Amino acid sequence: MTAYLFRRLAQSAVLLVLITAIAFGLMRLAPGGPEAVYTLSPTIRAEDIARIRASFGLDQPIPVQYVKWVGGVLRGDWGRSYRDSRPVLEVIGGRIPATLELAGTALVFAVVVGVAIGVLGAIRPHSAFDYLSTIGAMVALSVPTFWFGLMVIYVFAEKLHWIPSGGRETLGAPFSLADRLNHLVAPALVLGLVLVAGWSRYTRAAMLETVNQDYVRTARAKGIAERPVIWGHAFRNAVAPLVTLAGLQIPLLFGGALVTESVFTWPGMGRLFVDSLGYRDYPVMMGVLVATAILVLLGNLLADLLIVFVDPRIRLR
Amino acid sequence: MFRHHDDVMRAAERVRNGKLSRRTFLAAAAAAGFGAPLAEALTRTAPAAAAAPMRQDPPKGGQVIVGLSQEPTVFNPLKSTLEVDRGVQYAIFDSLWRVDPTGNLMPNLATEVPTVENGGISADGLTYTFKIRDDAKFSDGTPLTSADVLFSHELIMNPDFVPGTRVGHDQITEISAPDPATITMTIKETYAPFLYTWADTYIVPKHLLEGVEDPNTNDFTSISPIGSGPYTLAERKAGEYLTLKANPAYHGPGPYLDTLIVKYVPDLTMLFTQFKTGEVDVTGIQGITADNVAEAETLEGKVINKGATAFVEFIYMNFGKPVFQDLAVRQALYAAMDKDNIIGKVYYGVHTPTQSYLADKSWAYNADLEPHAFDIEGAKKILDDAGWAPGADGIREKDGVKLSFSNSTTAGNKVREQAQQYLQQTWKEIGVDMQINNMPAAVIWGDYFNKSEYDSVMVGWNNPPDPDAISRFGSKYIPAKGGAGQNTCQYENPKVDELLEAGVKELDQAKRAEIYKEVQQVLRDDLAYLPIFQYVFVEGTKAGLTNYKQNAFVPSNMWNVFEWYWEAQ
Repeated sequence: MTAYLFRRLAQSAVLLVLITAIAFGLMRLAPGGPEAVYTLSPTIRAEDIARIRASFGLDQPIPVQYVKWVGGVLRGDWGRSYRDSRPVLEVIGGRIPATLELAGTALVFAVVVGVAIGVLGAIRPHSAFDYLSTIGAMVALSVPTFWFGLMVIYVFAEKLHWIPSGGRETLGAPFSLADRLNHLVAPALVLGLVLVAGWSRYTRAAMLETVNQDYVRTARAKGIAERPVIWGHAFRNAVAPLVTLAGLQIPLLFGGALVTESVFTWPGMGRLFVDSLGYRDYPVMMGVLVATAILVLLGNLLADLLIVFVDPRIRLR
Repeated sequence: MFRHHDDVMRAAERVRNGKLSRRTFLAAAAAAGFGAPLAEALTRTAPAAAAAPMRQDPPKGGQVIVGLSQEPTVFNPLKSTLEVDRGVQYAIFDSLWRVDPTGNLMPNLATEVPTVENGGISADGLTYTFKIRDDAKFSDGTPLTSADVLFSHELIMNPDFVPGTRVGHDQITEISAPDPATITMTIKETYAPFLYTWADTYIVPKHLLEGVEDPNTNDFTSISPIGSGPYTLAERKAGEYLTLKANPAYHGPGPYLDTLIVKYVPDLTMLFTQFKTGEVDVTGIQGITADNVAEAETLEGKVINKGATAFVEFIYMNFGKPVFQDLAVRQALYAAMDKDNIIGKVYYGVHTPTQSYLADKSWAYNADLEPHAFDIEGAKKILDDAGWAPGADGIREKDGVKLSFSNSTTAGNKVREQAQQYLQQTWKEIGVDMQINNMPAAVIWGDYFNKSEYDSVMVGWNNPPDPDAISRFGSKYIPAKGGAGQNTCQYENPKVDELLEAGVKELDQAKRAEIYKEVQQVLRDDLAYLPIFQYVFVEGTKAGLTNYKQNAFVPSNMWNVFEWYWEAQ
């Protein structure tokens, strides 16, 4: 087990270095740069633009810039944002609460509702409920989030005035939990719906495999009530692939949901990345990328480890 | 119809605030027995009126939420010249004088704007002397003195500091602050835009910034800016909003609001939605997009402000490419530009056609330039006469040069992309092949534009309040040829050079106006660029917000937040 962990961590470290080198190179080689926002200022001149580039160190060769960046990160200095000159870790850290709030709510909603729908569909396959949930999942997966979000805003914010049309809180008002929840519900549902669809499909498939197994029939034959049979016998054995799915979705909690955040003007990590990309704020982009990459690697590792606990038949080597 | 003098005054105020059309007002005032000249005088935004609020005792209190589609992030006013940042900087900082909506300079930190007449400018135009008001204080309580003005200049010129620009300040050879109220400076040669340089130079506190380790990346830049302006930065939630609170120590007049919130709403459609639902009170900078203007005008409880700006939309042609070097080509392209439909259909008739690089509100604007006429047959004839003959594929060519080039603009700007496609169509009719090659903003406005790598671009360019354009059209200012300006279209014309150089050396405004009128004439005849239209910004404000004044001479209409207030409903 320890050897396995060690090997996996070493693999992850190598992968991480590769990811940073490729990402860094791609970013700098792509045309454009952070000076572009200033180009159309009425009084700016070529010398001002050159000065701005030099102040970011962009006048140096890319390998030199990369080595400097790696050196900084190893010393705990991730650089400063080009946009507001704050330290990168502070910029990223500031977005974590909002990101967790939205993605976490959506994910919890998706797991609870998605698993319930999936289990019900698997118990009674080809029932009306199963067909409806299958169609619902297909629709939810194929409707563009952008359009769906706009529709939700149009109907519930603009026409019915039930919810605000965006943001995380009412500005200028004192903190209120109800106000926060009111702002959270629409984006969380819109983001959650796509996840619900995924979770219900995975759960249904996994449950269908176990629900007809011999041990489930044996359990029923012993006279165990239906509920413990489903949850205690069938679902427990179906949970392994779902744990993997959860592991894969951990980065979402940090990386945020780009489209949903944009539509609902939610100040999360997804929007930070888009804004930084538009500005060519390389230090922040690298920060978000590396942090997300670490979480992807750790999420996978965690999922693999968890499976051992939920399924004792599996041994890690 | 007005019954009392008070009614007229109130109505005049509504005209100034854009709530009542000027024509309606004039007709009613004349009918009520007020002479036309008096009524005229009332609606004109007099210099004094721009500096002082309309009422003696505007109600205090309340908050305004301004929505912006870009996020302000840099508050050190000497570092960033971006319009989104400027809006916030206007609230936190002061300059010596401001440019009002008529283009005049109004004193702010200085007791008066120096002129040759009042002795502030020496007869040779090289030495400027003026006084700083004695009641100005930074929001931490420290008095603002001439030492801070001196320091602001020194910081701009500090080699370790990366300022937004040094233009203007690099003309100063000597500057001193002999006493806390007086500042005097000498420039190397007559430089007419110099007063505008200081109008856009915001004074930062010496006691907080002197001797800091790194003048570029300290907390002052983005976290805790301290200025002498009407508001102070109370809170910043990155990616979300900024809260500004009234500065009780402000030298006045104003501020009247308790709180000014600047909210970042990245999508313009969402910004309009939030304006409709009342989640933002003001749609700032880009305001309401052309396709939403008709709906905006039907909204109740909202005021739709339409104001010409100093933004002009152009086609910039790169003179480094052989295809654009023939005047006949430029003339034919211009004649085959269907401006009526581009403005009328694509832009919903919001903007106004123009022939000049200058805004029509500028004192140097030349209104007599030859108007543009859309004429496909005429365009074909110009090309025929010049020897550009259609090839086998219908594309014209001459001496081995094909009339084929690309046009680029910022990708994702849907309306502008439609205008571009429409242009592509009408140009195709005269045998011109234009390929569309759009790119993200960070790409097109990087080296591609700055190093003249493009064929042609479609661009909206803001003009500073001064008509000087030497950096844009002067042959010594081509970055691709080692020049330090922004003449990326590589335009070279000795006549224009001569006029523009004379323009900055002349101090008499009337004489300068003549020079710049000639510049516009030459540029129009030579078609150094193809002017399309002058932007009209349509910005919504919630009814009751008073003193929101659109100003074509500043990049953000938050320029006068010190005098905004809520009229009691």
